[in-house]
Amino acid sequence: MLGDVVLRFVLGGTLVSVFGVIAAAFKPRSFSGLFAAAPAVAIASLAITYSTDGAATTAAAARWMLAGALALFGYSACSVALCQTRVPAWLAATTAWLVWLAVAVMLWFSLRHVVRT
Amino acid sequence: VDVTPRISTRNLRSVARWEHAARFVIGGGVTVLAGLIIERFGVAFGGMFLAFPAILPASLTLMKRQDGRRMAADDARGNRIGAIALAGFAAMVTTTAKIWPLPATLAVASVTWLAIAYALWSFTLARRPPRRP
Repeated sequence: MLGDVVLRFVLGGTLVSVFGVIAAAFKPRSFSGLFAAAPAVAIASLAITYSTDGAATTAAAARWMLAGALALFGYSACSVALCQTRVPAWLAATTAWLVWLAVAVMLWFSLRHVVRT
Repeated sequence: VDVTPRISTRNLRSVARWEHAARFVIGGGVTVLAGLIIERFGVAFGGMFLAFPAILPASLTLMKRQDGRRMAADDARGNRIGAIALAGFAAMVTTTAKIWPLPATLAVASVTWLAIAYALWSFTLARRPPRRP
């Protein structure tokens, strides 16, 4: 159990860092921003889920990740809007995170009896 | 106006050490959180955390700089396109995970993400005229 947690932490942290470095290495900003939505956490999590729970669970997790991607779109759209206001950075970040959570919870409530898991 | 993406070592050098550390900790934390949520609440709610916004500090730190809000908005516009491409990644994994070996699934899904992201960026943001700060 602890080994699994450590493996997840190291693998996820490493992949997010690698994509973060790639993002920082590119110009213009709109292009480097693509990499902020790179599948870093997804690759790490799906690889471990596949080895512990098998292919069917991995496919189901990815199916729900589609809903998560929609929430991420909401998060980004909110970030674009807030960056053009005078809202402090910490408040903009917190609001955008809450938007992600709100969209994700809403989709989960709406789709949990519809989507196969 | 068409823009070509370029490597910028200046951008890379401007990233502080704490930002790298923050990314590692947030990335690791979110991956652990996703695993725990899948275990505790099931694959549905946990699966959504695979698309949690983990690479955040860039926008946060950008906004504090002079002219930073414009750059942060550009960053977030790219992020918005990346999110659409991430749906393509997820669709590819869910379609192929039960048929192909995992390395092939993840490799093809990652290439799908990159192809969608680059195509959408080329047709939209790369053609935006330069804006005043």
